[in-house]
Parts: sequence; C-alpha cells; structure tokens
Amino acid sequence: MRPFTYERARSPAEAAAAAARSQGAKFIAGGTNLLDLMKLEIEAPPHLIDVNGLALDTIEATPDGGLRIGALVRNTDLAADGRVRRDYGLLSRALLAGASGQLRNKATTAGNLLQRTRCPYFYDTAQPCNKRQPGSGCGAIGGFSRQHAVVGGSEACIATHPSDMAVAMRALDATVETVKPDGATRSIPIADFHRLPGDTPHIETALAPGELIVAVTLPKPVGGVQLYRKVRDRASYAFALVSVGAIVQPDGSGRVALGGVAHKPWRIEAAEAEMPRGAKAVAAQLLAGANPTPANAFKLPLVERTLGAVLAEAKG
Amino acid sequence: MKFDTPATTNPIDRLKVVGRPTSRIDGPLKTTGTAPYAYERHDVVANQAYGYAVGSTIAKGRIASMDVKAAEAAPGVLAVVTAGNAGPLAKADRNIATLLGGPQIEHYHQAIALVVAESFEQARAAAALIRVDYTRADGAFDLERAREGVTGPSKDDPDSTLGDFAGAFAAAPIQLDATYRTPDQSHAMMEPHATIAAWRGDQLTVWTSNQMIDWATTDLAKTLGIPKEKVHVVSPFVGGGFGGKLFLRADTLLAALGARATGRPVKVALPRPLIMNNTTHRPATIQRIRIGATPDGRITAIGHESWSGNLPDGKPENAVDQTRLLYAAPNRLTGTRLAVLDLPEGNAMRAPGEAPGLMALEIAMDEMAEKLGLDPVEFRIRNDTQVDPEKPDRPFSQRQLVECLRLGAERFGWSRRSAQPARNRDGRWLVGTGVAAAFRNNLLTPSAARVRLDKHGMVAVETDMTDIGTGSYTILAQTAAEMMGVGLDKVVVRLGDSKFPVSAGSGGQWGANNSTAGVYAACVKLREAVAQKLGFNSADAVFSDGVVRSGNRSAPLAQAAGDPGLAAEDAIEYGDLGKRYQQSTFGAHFVEVGVDAATAEIRVRRMLAVCAAGRILNPLSARSQVIGAMTMGVGAALMEELAVDTRAGFFVNHDLAGYEVPVHADIPHQEVIFLDETDPISSPMKAKGVGELGLCGVGAAIANAIHNATGARVRDYPITLDKLLDRMPEVG
Repeated sequence: MRPFTYERARSPAEAAAAAARSQGAKFIAGGTNLLDLMKLEIEAPPHLIDVNGLALDTIEATPDGGLRIGALVRNTDLAADGRVRRDYGLLSRALLAGASGQLRNKATTAGNLLQRTRCPYFYDTAQPCNKRQPGSGCGAIGGFSRQHAVVGGSEACIATHPSDMAVAMRALDATVETVKPDGATRSIPIADFHRLPGDTPHIETALAPGELIVAVTLPKPVGGVQLYRKVRDRASYAFALVSVGAIVQPDGSGRVALGGVAHKPWRIEAAEAEMPRGAKAVAAQLLAGANPTPANAFKLPLVERTLGAVLAEAKG
Repeated sequence: MKFDTPATTNPIDRLKVVGRPTSRIDGPLKTTGTAPYAYERHDVVANQAYGYAVGSTIAKGRIASMDVKAAEAAPGVLAVVTAGNAGPLAKADRNIATLLGGPQIEHYHQAIALVVAESFEQARAAAALIRVDYTRADGAFDLERAREGVTGPSKDDPDSTLGDFAGAFAAAPIQLDATYRTPDQSHAMMEPHATIAAWRGDQLTVWTSNQMIDWATTDLAKTLGIPKEKVHVVSPFVGGGFGGKLFLRADTLLAALGARATGRPVKVALPRPLIMNNTTHRPATIQRIRIGATPDGRITAIGHESWSGNLPDGKPENAVDQTRLLYAAPNRLTGTRLAVLDLPEGNAMRAPGEAPGLMALEIAMDEMAEKLGLDPVEFRIRNDTQVDPEKPDRPFSQRQLVECLRLGAERFGWSRRSAQPARNRDGRWLVGTGVAAAFRNNLLTPSAARVRLDKHGMVAVETDMTDIGTGSYTILAQTAAEMMGVGLDKVVVRLGDSKFPVSAGSGGQWGANNSTAGVYAACVKLREAVAQKLGFNSADAVFSDGVVRSGNRSAPLAQAAGDPGLAAEDAIEYGDLGKRYQQSTFGAHFVEVGVDAATAEIRVRRMLAVCAAGRILNPLSARSQVIGAMTMGVGAALMEELAVDTRAGFFVNHDLAGYEVPVHADIPHQEVIFLDETDPISSPMKAKGVGELGLCGVGAAIANAIHNATGARVRDYPITLDKLLDRMPEVG
C-alpha cells in the first residue's frame, strides 16, 4: 500500500469537487474491495475521500411509486428493507446471494456497483492485465479462464463483473444518480452504467473523473415472480459461475439478466420477447456471438439450463 | 522405554481419564483470544521490526539484476536482505528448493528478498519498490506433457510386485483399466506461516508456527551454518498446519536473517497470496489403476501406477501405498512415476499418499463392483485380507475394515440404496449414496517427554510435541493424569519448545500415539521415583486420587515430591513389532449427495465415518479431528484445485477467494463412529493415529455417490459441475 492522504467529505458536491482537485483520488465507503486492492497496489490512489458521513444512507419512496436508495445504504439493510422484499424480491435475493454477512454489513449500494473484477491475473501484479496496466496484455486469454466472460469480451479483456446486486439492478431498470465536480447532477440508466471492455478495459463505468454516485433509483414495482439463481461450486461465499435474475409475469413475459458471463450485468431486452417460448430461445439470443474459452464453454449450456430451472420455478 | 513386546495391562487401562470425552484444556485460551500464536508474541521481546517477503515473479531462470536502492531509501526501512548480502546459506536436507532464492530462481514466488522496516505498512510499501530484471529459462510446468517422458520407476523408488501381474490381469475375466487425476492442492491453513526471530549474541530464538520442533531447529541451524544448540525454537500454538508447517520455511529463515541484519527482533508472516507458490503443496497425480477379478468378485490382479511431478531432487506423491495393503490379490504391481516439474515444491499435505491414492483406488473399486454386479460394500468385504498381501507372514496388528463397512452400512441405511444409478430424486435434486474404504498407516517414531511433580502434587509435562489444533495438550494431560492418579486440574502441559525433550511432533497422524506413549514412559519412570522416595515397592504401587498406595500403606503424591520436587525423563522407542506386524488404521466412509438436476451443482447431504484406529484417547477431540478431515475430503472432491498456468509456471488462484475450501453451508451433517478397539502392538497406549484416517477415502465416497445420483463417472478431481453438465437430464 502506498502512502495516501485522506479527507472526510461534508457534502456530495464537495466530495466530487475534492476528487476533481486530486488526480487519481478515490472515494471510499465500505472499503471492502478498495482496501484489498490498495494493499496489493492494484489500486494506488494518492488521496482518499471518505464519503461515509454524507447521509446518503436512506431508502425513500419516489413520487412515481419507486424507491430511491441512497448510495451508502449497506447491502444488509437494503436486502432486509420491507419495501424491497415486497416489491423488488429479485434485488433482495441477489444481495443475499453475494459475499458474506460481514461483508454485506459494510458494503454499500454504490460501492457494490463499482467493485472490480476478481480475475486472478488482475490480482497478481506480476502478470499481464490490460485492466490493471493498460497495454500489458491479458493473462487470462490462453490461461486459467474458467470464471471468465463468454459474451461481450474483447481481445484485451475477458474479465467478468462480480456483482450479484448489479444483475438485479439491471433487470429492474435502475437508474444511477450522480453529482459531478461542477455540482451538476445526472441520471445514468443502469444499462449504460457498466461498459464492455473493448480496448479500454480499465474504463469500467460511464462515470466521469470525480463523479460521485449519490443514489440508485428503482422505478415503480413491476410485480411478477422475481427469482435470482446463483450457480457456484460451493454453497456460499463464492462468485457466480453463472447467475440468472428473472422477473416472470403470469402471462410468461418478463425480464432476464445474467451475472458471471460478461464484463457487465448481461441483459438483452430483445431476448425477452422469446420468454414465452422458453429458456432455449431466450438463451440463444442472450448468448448470440458468445466467444468462450475451452475452460468456460460450459457456461453456455449452464445459462440455458439455469434459466430453464428458473422459468420452471416461476411457473410454480 | 523400549517397546518391543505387545502391551499388557497397565495403568492406562483404568480409563479414568484417558478415553473419556474431554474438552480441550487449552480451549479457554483460544476462545478468549489469549493463546499465544507466533505473529502476536508482542510479549516475548521488545522493539520488534517488521519484515515483508518478496517473491520471484518468474518460475525459472536467474535474477539478472536487482535494484533495492529505492526500497532501502523508503521511509522506515531498516534493511533489505537478499541472497547477495545474507552471507553463506546452506540448504537443509528436508528442503528441496532454497528458501532464499537468487541469483538462481527455482519456482514462482520463491523468496528473493526481505524488507525490514519499523512498521508492517512501511515494509510492504518498500517491498513494492524493488526492481528485478530476470533472465527467464524454459521450465516444465505441465504434468500431462511431462508424464509422456516417464514410463518407469525412479531409481530410489522401485516398483513393488508380487506374482505375475501382467499375465493375471490379461487373463482376468472381468477387467478395469482406468486413469484418474487429482489436482495440485494447497494446505490453506488459517494461520499463515509466521515467525518472530531475535538474536542475543550468537544465540537465536524463533517464535514460530511449526509442526516439528526438532526438524525446525536442526534445519534452521544447518541453513545458517550455526550449531544446533544456538537455536531455540518456540511454537506452543499452531493455527493449522496440514503438512504445510512440517518443515523450515521462508518465514523463519527470513526473520532470522532480517534480525541479524538489523540487530533487532524481526517478525515475518507470509502474505496469503504468497503462500500457495512460496511454500509446499500437494502435487497433482495421474493414476492408472488396473484390476482383474473373477466373476464371483475375487481380485486376481491389482495394479496401481501414479505419476506426479516435483522439482529436481523432489519426491513423488506416494499415491500407491494403500494399494499394497488394502485388498487381497495374488498378483500385484504398484509404483510411482516421477516427472521433473518446475512448479513450487511438492510435499506432504493432509494424509499425503493415501488421500489422493484412495481418491483413485476407491472409485476403481466402485467401478469394478459395478462391472461385477456386486454391492460395493460386499465387493470390498470379499477382498479383505488379515495379512500384508505382499508378505503373508505379517499379520495386521488389528484390522476391522469389514466391521467398519458392515456397521457403517447398517447405520447409514445402505440397504435402501438403489444399485441402479440416477433413480432417486428429491425435488430438484438427484440423490445418490457412495461408499469408500478408509486406510492410513500407523507410523511409529520415538518420542520423549519430561514429567515433573511438585510439592503441591502438580504434575507438569514438558515435551517438544506440538498442538496444531488437534488436541495434543489435552491427550497428553489425560495420559499424565491417568498415570499419576490425579485429576486433569493437577496437570500442566508445556509444548512446542526445543528446550524440551524431542517428541514425535505432529504429522502423518503419528502424533497422538507416539507422544502420549512418550509421556507414558516418562510417567513410568516418575512413578518409580515416587515409589522409591516413599519406600514403596514400585511394582505394586497404585496411584489414584492423588494418593499412592502399596499394600496397607499410603501417602499423598505431593509428599513424595517434597520441596525439591521430582522429575523424570524418558522416551518411547520401538523394537521390531512394526516389522512383525503391519500397523494400519481402517474405516469406512458413507456419503449422500444431491446433484442439482438443472445446474449439476453438487452438495453433500450427509456423511458418516466409521473408524477403527486403536484406543481412542479422547473421543471428543478425535471426533473433531475426523469431522475436520471429512470436511477436507469434501474440499478435495468438489472444489480444491490449484490452477496451473502452464505458460508462466505458477498456481494462478493463489488466495482464499480463488482457492475454494468448504464453508459451513457445504457441510450440513456429519456423523462419526469409533469402533471399540485396543491395539497392544502399537504402544503402551494401545492407540493409533486417527486424524488423517478421517480424510482418506472421503473423496472417492463422494465421487461414487455422484455416480449413483447421476450415472456419470468422473475420474478427474475436483468434480465440478462442468464435468457433469452433459450427463444431466433435460430441464423443465
């Protein structure tokens, strides 16, 4: 870990402004990912802006019947919120499938969206990784790639986004609300928030330098049966090989988003038109153009089968 | 005490303390966080500095140049130790690669430097400033490829044969010829390798975490080129070892060198991401098993060859040992095949040999039973032997494999199992059950102890035995209490110090029987001294309730000690009973698994182990050992694998996020039954090892249960869902 300076921000706008003043500065909230990365010098911010005091930790109803989730709402609290459990079951289930109780107690809503990949080559600073060190190459391509992306990858990067929560947010059409260093605010649809790696895998989100997430807003509830199925080698405390978040309406229509398969939560709205025709048809569209490695090609049938099981469960 | 004739009745047989379920006497220290582990010995020496180890980032080659100037100039840095400035270092016999590499690099993350600073954070930050230019050399990292060049046994490890294996196998009406694979695995103990080192003049003390105190002392002295008497090793508590702490490792050497370079005590813990590649691991194996049998299920030929790799001068993973002893057959062939690999050093881990060996052999037995149309329990029973199959004049001292299988089958409800696979469904789960035999040898090794009695009647045991979480403190206290006729509250046990008599140490499940036998021997001597002091005839003196009785005379034990106290020291040493009898431990594992019909996720539903392992000294801690071992078996069967990058030559998933071991949710229900057994051939304790027995065979029982659940036979561990998916039923 390199020496860094530290300050506590007093307002979101001030935090964003402070971040703009110091190149490479990072916000810290729960710190469940950033601190580990700093210890390994994968992240080496010269300046940390602690946003924990910003009073962004409430969940409020929006005028149009949705929920506005403060950026600092802890994963545990979000999963346990009565409105979330009642109206956004997918989100609650996805959160509880992630990490451990201790981590969920610390991890925040915004931090969860911003967590970085768990690719082991990203974590070993002696190995090539375009995400960690642009231009150095990709160790995972041709290496150990069982966990890696099967769709949306590039020749530069086949890392996956590790979040469960983000998969639910994607299926629920969440919006990420931010404030920029100049005080301007904007709303970023979750679909546009995470990026594909392309040839700049180190740029992971649509956030501009210094831009701070203040809330994540959910539109009014869409009902349906909401399920999240996370597939993994051990029963708990492991990242998804594949996860399926689904909202299924009584008429068989609905939404599907996947985790563990791409650099971002993976949803293709057009594929959802196939839902009444079943998992095979939906998976075919979701995974069109997939380019797996020999070590992770199993994820393609696994997606289809898991989705099949989820749709069957939704039918009851 | 020389143990060369079978044990007869002795004071241990009273079983007033020994054999009773007894909570750990060191439990309160652990539950209150006050047990002193190596890295937290703030109390032992003042002014400790922090060392941070730097690992090589190539697997093979040379350091062309190394720039440590920036590190040396960094805030708080006291010294940077490298092979270039550490002075001459020897390599201990038990190390394969050197512990401080450079300029030659033998494996990835081989230590090449230690940065010592005032704080841990300063040392770590400075370590990142070291710049190294390497000249890479080509290495061999792929066992599958290296295997092709190795067709026969190595010079030091010839095949073991009996009869005409090739002929008998070819002639057998029912044959199996299958190849099984087990991956590289990491010990993944909770406490990392950690040491505090301090020099006082030419006297070195290390507070460390090590399973074998005398090996550590000997090997540290040899590596540093100093007399063994100048080295003091202290390791009273070890937070898990599993074989990873059998040997002197880099943390200890680097701490000693850092302390010498700075004139300060230095503490070093290996960072978690360094442990998988810096230390030892269980090597991967490729095992070919051939079994020939008659249609009535008698094995006529059994062959087991195991390929593994290691650094030059390393040893093979001895995955064939159990096959020499487990089943009868007149024609036999077993042997290891060793390839040179430039991966980190392969060495002992959690029941080395038998654990991976049985993972293969016991699937093969299940496959063979299936071919024969025999129940797999019955097939094993039919091929039982009461003598060493290679040397029929050597009986087993005790062998209750059949009893374990029968009792286990009854308790587990084996008769309800469908022999036909893929017939049992419970909601989304395909359910199956599997069985495997458990086998692990009982190893005899000398073990010494000193016992002191003071005027208050307190008995103190001192031996360099270690407690690596196993319960050594407690069983040694039970032994001394039984022998001296006092309660556990009158016994103090001091372990893990090279100033104490040399014990068996902890490893290979040899610790319990040998170290308690050593304490037994010392107590026999102390009893004689007590009797003599009291003027009693030691042969008929009875020690009980803190009182010594002989005929109609009696005296408090404390009275014999008097003000100066009494002390006795002795060792257990073994005659040739180990040659005349084969000493092994036996068991049977039964497992029920569920396999998700859609995703092929595998979850263990329940497990049962039945163990026959001599006298169980403490059923509570023995059960803990066995359920822990069963959990390791689940890890080995379903998830544990060091992934090899065969281009760069290293284990990629080198932390506990990438290297998965079971979590609580993976282990819903475990049951352990110990058969009532005493083995007078093993030692005066009539006990044997049991900890590793709990692991041996578990993996195969799980693999066999998966086959029973799904019909898919996976011979390549770990058995993960990707290996089953194409055999699963249609979804929906």
